[in-house]
Amino acid sequence: MSEAVTALAGATYEGAVTVADGGLTGMVQLRADLADAAVATAVKAATGADLPDRRRISAAKEQRLLWMSPDELLILTDHGAAPDLVKRLSTELTGQHALVLDLSDARSRIRLSGQGVREVLAKGAPVDLAPGRFEPGEVRRTRIGQIAAAFWLLSETEAEVICFRSVAPFLFDWLSTAARPGSLPGHFR
Amino acid sequence: MSSRLATGGRRIDRSKRLSFSFNGTKLTGFEGDTLASALLANGQDLVGRSFKYHRPRGIVAAGAEEPNALVALGQGDRMEPNQRATITELFDGLSARSQNHWPSLQFDIGAINARLSRFLPAGFYYKTFMQPRAAWKHLFEPVIRKSAGLGPAPTQGDPDRYEYFYAHTDVLVAGGGIAGLAAARAAAEAGARVLLVEQDSRFGGRSATDGVVIDGTDAEAWVAEQVAALSAMPNVDLRLRTMAAGVYDHGYVTLYERAGDRDPGAAPVRHRLWRVRAGRTVTATGAIERPISFAGNDRPGVMLASAVRDYIDLYAVSPGDRTVVVTATDDGYRTALAVRDAGLDVPAVLDTRPDPKGPLVDAVRARGIRVEAGRGIAKVRGTRRVTGVDICAQAGEGAVIEHVPCECVAMAGGWSPVVHLWSHCGGKLLWDETAHHFRPDPDRPPTGADGQGFAVTAGTASGPMDTGAALADAVEAGHRAAKALGHDKGAPRIPQADGTADGPPAAVWMMPHGAGPELRGKAFLDFQNDVKVSDVQLAAQEGYQSVEHTKRYTTLGMATDQGKLSNINGLAILSDSLGAPIPEVGTTTFRPPYTPISLGAVAGEARGSLFKPVRRTPIHDWHADAGAVWEPVGDWRRPYCYPKDEESHRDAVNREITATRSGVGLLDASTLGKIIVSGPDAAAFLDLTYTNMMSSLKVGRCRYGLMCTENGFLFDDGVVVRLSEDSFLCHTTSGGSDRVHAWMEEWLQTEWWDLKVWTSNVTEQFGQIAIVGPKARSVLERLGGMDLSAEALPFMAMAEGTLGGIGVRIFRISFSGELSYEIAVPAGRARALWDMLLAEGAADGITPYGTEALHVMRAEKGYIMIGDETDGTVIPQDLNLGWAVSKKKSDFIGKRAMERSALTDPDRKQLVGLETEDPALVLPDGAHAVSGQTNRFGQQETLGHVTSTYWSPTLNRSIAMALVSGGSRRMGETLDFSLEDGRIAKARVVDPVFLDKDGERQNV
Repeated sequence: MSEAVTALAGATYEGAVTVADGGLTGMVQLRADLADAAVATAVKAATGADLPDRRRISAAKEQRLLWMSPDELLILTDHGAAPDLVKRLSTELTGQHALVLDLSDARSRIRLSGQGVREVLAKGAPVDLAPGRFEPGEVRRTRIGQIAAAFWLLSETEAEVICFRSVAPFLFDWLSTAARPGSLPGHFR
Repeated sequence: MSSRLATGGRRIDRSKRLSFSFNGTKLTGFEGDTLASALLANGQDLVGRSFKYHRPRGIVAAGAEEPNALVALGQGDRMEPNQRATITELFDGLSARSQNHWPSLQFDIGAINARLSRFLPAGFYYKTFMQPRAAWKHLFEPVIRKSAGLGPAPTQGDPDRYEYFYAHTDVLVAGGGIAGLAAARAAAEAGARVLLVEQDSRFGGRSATDGVVIDGTDAEAWVAEQVAALSAMPNVDLRLRTMAAGVYDHGYVTLYERAGDRDPGAAPVRHRLWRVRAGRTVTATGAIERPISFAGNDRPGVMLASAVRDYIDLYAVSPGDRTVVVTATDDGYRTALAVRDAGLDVPAVLDTRPDPKGPLVDAVRARGIRVEAGRGIAKVRGTRRVTGVDICAQAGEGAVIEHVPCECVAMAGGWSPVVHLWSHCGGKLLWDETAHHFRPDPDRPPTGADGQGFAVTAGTASGPMDTGAALADAVEAGHRAAKALGHDKGAPRIPQADGTADGPPAAVWMMPHGAGPELRGKAFLDFQNDVKVSDVQLAAQEGYQSVEHTKRYTTLGMATDQGKLSNINGLAILSDSLGAPIPEVGTTTFRPPYTPISLGAVAGEARGSLFKPVRRTPIHDWHADAGAVWEPVGDWRRPYCYPKDEESHRDAVNREITATRSGVGLLDASTLGKIIVSGPDAAAFLDLTYTNMMSSLKVGRCRYGLMCTENGFLFDDGVVVRLSEDSFLCHTTSGGSDRVHAWMEEWLQTEWWDLKVWTSNVTEQFGQIAIVGPKARSVLERLGGMDLSAEALPFMAMAEGTLGGIGVRIFRISFSGELSYEIAVPAGRARALWDMLLAEGAADGITPYGTEALHVMRAEKGYIMIGDETDGTVIPQDLNLGWAVSKKKSDFIGKRAMERSALTDPDRKQLVGLETEDPALVLPDGAHAVSGQTNRFGQQETLGHVTSTYWSPTLNRSIAMALVSGGSRRMGETLDFSLEDGRIAKARVVDPVFLDKDGERQNV
């Protein structure tokens, strides 16, 4: 049996910031009314995590729950764990109006690391990326250049970006261009 | 002639000599020079020829307002025209050429235009070149384009990199002079985030040159102290070489950073366009000195008085041994003192005011400089440069009292605040009767979404021209901006400036006041566009009253400097000519950018391979390796065909079709849109969004569905699969998935919010591979894992399972008329499945085919293609798809529209097939069927047009589909189609299903 592959095939670019294929990632989409307490209970039972607040991320064990909209979550987990997570969530949500889908292959994850991650992102995203205004634990759905994307910080020097699989090579090239040595404006301090 | 002084030069570093070239001549300058100061230091005061009359022009200013010193900078692919020498920092190896001269700068044939200037008045083009019409295109325009115009456009691609940067700040301060620094400090100390930008390479503006003393220290030290303090604050970013270019709604401001201009070829970023959201924008943009309109004021050597001081103080450049100062202000006396301090001569200060007095006047007189009150310049002598001035009474008509030889004339007409940024988004202006300038009206700022003003002016940009008042204004502005955003730590301290305010300036719009036509015709308002006082007066005489019309008629202020020097003087002349007060005449509109910005900065990263996103399927790399010819479909790239060796595209397509119909073909159908619609009301929702019934579809079955707009027009189609009782998979066209998904969400969120339905666009989750042809089943069966017999998986059924160990969903659907399976596979394994299918099918000659083979095969079967057979005005019934429009459903989107008379008209264009009389002739796409009649406009009457047209290798003849008026009644008729060369092609109307009408090929 063949192994799944990512759209970026392990690509890496070393510049002012390192841009790298984030690898296979389990991604489970939940569409449900996040204001419904029963949904929160079911999600907690299935993942161990509370629902994230607006534009935030909650986490439990290997799972991170990304707030995507008032009625959409994206849950990141190990690639192999996604099918089981879909089953657990579906079971917990039985009888409720919800849609659970394994979309692990629909999106690509790109990792950024280095001192300038905020500035690389700020070259393409109309988001306030200043320290104190955007911190680990938050997620933004926005665009980077012409590409729809979501991103979050893992630390002051690490960020992750997700985008649709078909445009991952384009976004990888875009981010590599934005990360080329000497090109960061030095705005954030 | 201008030259370098032996000592001084605040900005230059004499230990760092830089070499550069101007018109091919090697020259040298110093680190810290601008191109303009280095040219003057080399005695090069003739820098270009004017736009219309080709008059010799020199450097007038020392900053962004410079109208004349535009050069073509750089060479080859880095050549850029119309660069301002006054804001171009000198670097080693800089190469510049002057513009708009032929054959040379010194001798220019176009200068003959100046002799003809009385025949080239305002509105000259409009008046002269009306008749004969043909002459405009073939004679007048080419000649004018040769004789007028500025630099040539570059002919090569720009090799440099440009980018955007998004920033958010509480307070943006535009301008890093003393006002900007004071405002930034007040805002920053109140706790606001502050971004301060300065277009120049230094902070402090004019303060040091003008000898300002603040809090007992000289300006240079005070500025350094402010910069150090601000730089140490974590909430502040100070940026040089960054110009606030435009102010827009919602606090959006664009900044233009010239990050790499001094290092061409090596800088990682040449220009950076900042896109800033600012809570408040403080415009500390300073003021620009006005020139004075006297005859010959455009001669090289006539400069703004402030620029003369700048060149002496900043760059140790002497503008000439003898400088006559002509002034309407006290400020002009600063220039007289600066010239004298540099050891140069000031033969006279000509003050238009009858009784000049005050400390500056006294100081000049005390130095023994001759001050002439109530005097002005009748005329400048000299052609290629100033040789002297004729003095006259300002009140008179220009009778020459005395001739004074000189090399430089410094004109001080008073200062106008830079109001551009304030005005870009609607800030209004006041006319100041004392200072004779427009200044921002603080009660009418540009307003944001909350109705509050979002711009604040600071310093001389607000109006006050003396340092003390400007500083107080700036501190207050910075504090107010921060406070409006909730940052306040009490009233900040206001730095104190030494000295007293200058006395009031005189309003001098024409020199001398009673100048006759001869003098007015040589008194320039707009140096760059060659607009003179007489031109504006003529426009007024001819009935122009609106300042906007006059601007366009005379071209006043329409050059690349956008009238920074000419604006107020031109308005004043117009107002005088109209006999209306200046505020009533008003100003022209200030539009971004403040000074021209590069197109590269506007393009940003979007160039080359990053110009536009390209979507790749999971099998993209295989196609590329196989030598696919690409076809863009939406943002996707799909293989059009896979030519082998020297094979033509057409041959490749024919081979792919024949191989598929006779054996087995393979298609990457991953781009097909896939949307999950799920929930207890999913079936009801799809009944509303598709024209046909979806609620009756059985689980595990597929149905072809149509989607119409509310106007009844077909906009997407695809196969719907019922995955479970309350879950459907809706396939859309390749380009349509985002549109259809948004369409579904819009209806769910705005109209049918009571339906319990979730949608999800899962297009990217799956690769989709179509295996097509009589041998398709056997290839899949050899891979193993699923029962794909006709009984287990009949036509229009779906099965889930594993194929060769990979989890898949298989739909037995066909867009070709062959036995066909579409296999959905998680995208990460799509390539693996593709490779397995190729390997397993090799024995059967499995042949990958592209979009063109797909199109031909569907056309052979008479299947429509959204975008070919539809164009936004076509309804399903036009395409013989009435069977897919439910008569039973009480409602669906488009139902009511379909009952309108225009949509039930039997003469609507309807889909038909076409067979050309000559089977070898493939009709051109879009060819019109003509009736042979003409309409009431004398045009050929058309009956319809070709929507799809191909060579069919299966039928060994051409086939086409067309939309023809009353088409279904015309079966068997022969229609005439007009070809591009005027010939007529005859084609017979036939059933659009050309192949296997009974569907026997797929029913196996």
